[in-house]
Amino acid sequence: MTTTEAPLARVRAVGTGHVRVEGRDKVTGAARYAGEIPFAELAHGWLVLSTVARGRIRDVEADAVLAMPGVLAVLDHRNAPPLKTDYIGLLGTAPDPTCAVFQNDHVPHLGWPVALVVAETSEQAREAAEALVVHYEQAPHDVGFTGDHPDAHPSDGHMPAVTDKGDLEAELAASAVVVDATYTTPEEHHHPMEPHAATARWEADRLEVVDSNQGATWVVAELANLFSLDPASVRVRSEHVGGGFGSKGVRAHQVAAVMASRMIGRPVRVVLTRRQMFTLAGHRSPTIQRVRLGADTDGRLRALDHRSLSRTSTVHEFVEPSAGVARVMYDADAHHTENRVVPLDVPSPTWMRAPGEAPGSFALEAALDELAHRCGIDPIELRLRNEPDRGPVSGLPFAGRNLRACFEEGARRFGWDRRDPRPGVRREGRWLLGTGTAAASFGAGAAPSTASITAEADGRFTVRIAAADIGTGARTALTLVAADALDVPPDRVQVRLGDSAFGFAMIAGGSMGTRSWSWAVMAAAGELRDRLVPGAAIPAEGITVRSDTTAAIGALAQKERHSFGAQFAEVAVDTATGEVRVRHMLGVFAAGRIVNPLTARGQFTGGMIWGISMALHEEAARDAAFGGPVGADLAGYHVATHADVSRVEAHWVADDDPDDPVGIKGIGEIGIVGAAAAVANAVWHATGVRHRSLPIRPDRVLTGGRDA
Amino acid sequence: MREFGYRKASDVAGAVALLDSDPDARYLAGGTNLVDLMKTGVERPGRLVDVRGLPLDRVEPTPAGGLRIGATVTNSDLAAHPLVRTRYPVLAQAVLAGASGQLRNMATVGGNLLQRTRCAYFADTTGACNKRAPGSGCPAVRGENRNHAVLGASAHCVAVHPSDMAVALAALDGMVHYETAQGPGELPLGWLYLPVADTPHRETALPPGALITGVTLPPAPVATRSRYRKVRERASYAFAVGSVGAALDVRDGVVREVRLAFGAVASRPWRARAAERILTGAPADTESFAAAADAELAAARPLSHNGFKVTLMRNLTVAVLSELAEEAAR
Amino acid sequence: MALPTSSVITLHINGERHTLPVDHRTTLLDALRERLDLTGTKKGCDQGQCGACTVLVDGRRTVACLQLAVAAEGREVTTIEGVAEGDRLHPVQQAFLDLDGYQCGYCTPGQICSAIGVLAEHAAGWPSAASADVRPAAGPPPLTPDEIRERMSGNLCRCAAYPSIVEAVTRAAESGPATRTEAGPEAKEPAA
Repeated sequence: MTTTEAPLARVRAVGTGHVRVEGRDKVTGAARYAGEIPFAELAHGWLVLSTVARGRIRDVEADAVLAMPGVLAVLDHRNAPPLKTDYIGLLGTAPDPTCAVFQNDHVPHLGWPVALVVAETSEQAREAAEALVVHYEQAPHDVGFTGDHPDAHPSDGHMPAVTDKGDLEAELAASAVVVDATYTTPEEHHHPMEPHAATARWEADRLEVVDSNQGATWVVAELANLFSLDPASVRVRSEHVGGGFGSKGVRAHQVAAVMASRMIGRPVRVVLTRRQMFTLAGHRSPTIQRVRLGADTDGRLRALDHRSLSRTSTVHEFVEPSAGVARVMYDADAHHTENRVVPLDVPSPTWMRAPGEAPGSFALEAALDELAHRCGIDPIELRLRNEPDRGPVSGLPFAGRNLRACFEEGARRFGWDRRDPRPGVRREGRWLLGTGTAAASFGAGAAPSTASITAEADGRFTVRIAAADIGTGARTALTLVAADALDVPPDRVQVRLGDSAFGFAMIAGGSMGTRSWSWAVMAAAGELRDRLVPGAAIPAEGITVRSDTTAAIGALAQKERHSFGAQFAEVAVDTATGEVRVRHMLGVFAAGRIVNPLTARGQFTGGMIWGISMALHEEAARDAAFGGPVGADLAGYHVATHADVSRVEAHWVADDDPDDPVGIKGIGEIGIVGAAAAVANAVWHATGVRHRSLPIRPDRVLTGGRDA
Repeated sequence: MREFGYRKASDVAGAVALLDSDPDARYLAGGTNLVDLMKTGVERPGRLVDVRGLPLDRVEPTPAGGLRIGATVTNSDLAAHPLVRTRYPVLAQAVLAGASGQLRNMATVGGNLLQRTRCAYFADTTGACNKRAPGSGCPAVRGENRNHAVLGASAHCVAVHPSDMAVALAALDGMVHYETAQGPGELPLGWLYLPVADTPHRETALPPGALITGVTLPPAPVATRSRYRKVRERASYAFAVGSVGAALDVRDGVVREVRLAFGAVASRPWRARAAERILTGAPADTESFAAAADAELAAARPLSHNGFKVTLMRNLTVAVLSELAEEAAR
Repeated sequence: MALPTSSVITLHINGERHTLPVDHRTTLLDALRERLDLTGTKKGCDQGQCGACTVLVDGRRTVACLQLAVAAEGREVTTIEGVAEGDRLHPVQQAFLDLDGYQCGYCTPGQICSAIGVLAEHAAGWPSAASADVRPAAGPPPLTPDEIRERMSGNLCRCAAYPSIVEAVTRAAESGPATRTEAGPEAKEPAA
């Protein structure tokens, strides 16, 4: 038993670079992910997905498969337990019925889960699942996403569908310069490197799930609702998560594993295949966006109109709110934004890194670039001339808007002042060279969380919080935050996370995780320090305090709270072959206090590379005739490789959030915002051809921006 | 994946005998294509005969000044081999342009020649495909066909051959050697792949059960100045949208000899013989290169989404031949 | 005649011998993960399209998902669990740790095994698609960032930690005998 020390002046941990506390486990292979935790008597489940895009299941020939070697059970809509789906979940929406598996014979899209085959080994389960014959009554389907679809309608999602002020048509008519252009982005997929995996085990009436998710208590709440269980009887653990990007909530595999485990009385593991992830893991909807900008000759906006259409499934309405970004970025005398959605016979989309902002900023920031050229104004200057001093739609003050500082710092580092604005005039061998820029913003929020900290008898501290480290470095960031708050070196703090037993906490999402969790850790640490009497002994069981930030966060004043950023790109384009290479990306961000510069840099540059990937590579194709994905694997769905990524650098300006105990805003998503626009704007500067449809593939470059 | 028997072959004759006795068997070498296709259910063999350990892993010079390449030489060893890099740079470059370092360490020359198309419809066993399920139809003809064939296809199949290596071997007049239970045989690479016609499921002219044992390259001094350029939808680790393998001998500004082959435009590596004929004896300039490409591509029949490939192949041909000509002039 | 569809095989992994019965369908990846509890080797796509399952087989980087376990008998397999020397990390591991060459960590074992292979392949003089001239007379290509990027492109990282991975591989290459794998990819003897 030791005593607590008198506080000493220490070097603060927050703000200095620290290697990940779990880093050694990750580089030695010791870190175990969801599908790697051993279970005695484990059985393996393999999902069977529909091969038709619309219809109903007539029959499942389960008997033939049950006779195959090792097969233990076949679950489908005829023998699955009923689930409750008429509830509103943690994120304010009803559950996506895609996760409420096997409830009826309806097939709303190709790749819909129709059965689970459970067997002793994964090889047996796979072979039996592939052998399972399912008969369908097929109905005509519609997967055609077009701008004039009659079923398109405004949709609120997590923000109002429409905002409107001023007389748009009058201001457009009065504008000296008008840009009116339509931009499209394709269906995009998260594809974290770790496929979704879950193992469920029932012990009497207690359910345990070892999972890969972005919020253990979130998944507990969903499973408890779906299966009508007391949340206290459900425990979800998710210690290491191999990426999420919005796709790792409750999904078909966890629910199917829970059902199957109860059915056979053994632990059951269900892992999605990479191909299954194309229809079961969510995706970013394609968008069709029309942007109209009207400006005076000096570039000042008189009219801003941003209308976005996205696509959802017929069973769940999810809107990709791409027009929302205009509500933050630019003001105009007449200002109209609108998010609409059309339900089609496709899988349900979901949140994917910077939902709304990622595609929305591509359209809006490309339109700004077009306007700058038309007005003969430098693209940065145009943006600075249109800096609003209050929220363009809300009228609320900004809780910090350091966009100007980002542009100034970025322009200096990038050498923007040497830029010749003329397009298509720089050549180096077979390459045309160009540079482009774009602005970025993403909401900065916090959500209630709980945490506990125990002062251990040996002088160490244990933080317990149901946070998720999906690669963000949250475990390390929280260690640093706790160390500073407790005034001890980081090596005296152990952070345990990824376990719902630790109590409710915000998910890793919306760039709100680390901020929300840090707040709870700060609150607990503050109270613990008050409880610790200098010189007094700590009992063997330690001293534990719990925090809950619900009240503190509820008391936050209403403001426009955002991170901002300036993106710069240099590209090389070979117009003879259509190849585009990004030679340099530079981003400067005003994104609150940076807790751990070492890991934060990777967060920013990772987002920026997502922007490169979005601009040049990513696109999921869908066949209109059969209604399913084409090339549903990582050879067909291209994400950026090492070779696609040259020099990428991220910097930041001082931007502490005065309303946050640590000064954090959140950095998970802003890196991608505006990045694709910067690349596309640079391609225009290189070639003089404006690409308004992503990705900018070789065939599109070869055909001069017109589709082949 | 279906259950299967497995046998390591100890010699070529034994391997061939095993396959001869069991039409349900397949040869396994690197496994980079076959194991993948078994996982997706496209291939469902009842037995694998593992030939990776056969003594066919040498690259040896022939007395005539060419090379004999064993069928189980890995792509990595082939591309790293000093004689390949010296005599046939286009071959080393083509191999290095394909797949990834890991896959090149596993994949073999024989397997590379026999790899199946990467057409997404072929890989999706839930849908139609005349190559996989003869008579079921070709959804690519009216579907997502951006990366499909513009040359030599038919209404029954528009898939392309995915190999980069085979494009270089086609340009280099490779001779494919094989063994059957009835004895050895050989086929020029240009004859290895059958025309698509209405039998896209019949891909090669090899007799049933034949085991490729190697490829011989005749001496080709022209190939010491050769190059492979591949365009794809990302900078690495992707199949070609279009590629060109070329070798050029220029004297006094005139093309003395040229080899030209296209990749990712047809069901087989496409030897551009029409272009070669036009170029031989012509001035080594952009106009000749473009005219030759146009002549070769006159037969192109683009689909709904791949018309750009005609432009791409023309531009690539001009670019690669121009680079080689400039190099020759230096 | 029904052929046996499973075999008892002996795998040599990280210097140890493991004898086990395997279904012939079992890949080396699944044998490592499901049968031998060596879960450091990751399953990202199971189709050779991501590189997360990269291990060294006879010193050469290989995707374990396309390698049947039964066909790996008699070959020396090195996984991420076998690259450190006791508590001393391999220089590539140390560089990944110090330079934050990862985020979620799932592709990391594959990236590290691949990088060890890259350094050995480069030391053996192998060219790459990024090499300006593949002819031996041009000399061995310097290990520039572009060379590392091309050679590492078979390892996808969706977190996109690519810049710091390239820094880490560069540092490991500079730190000296980073290529100390037992069996490097010695080029086959040219019988010229």
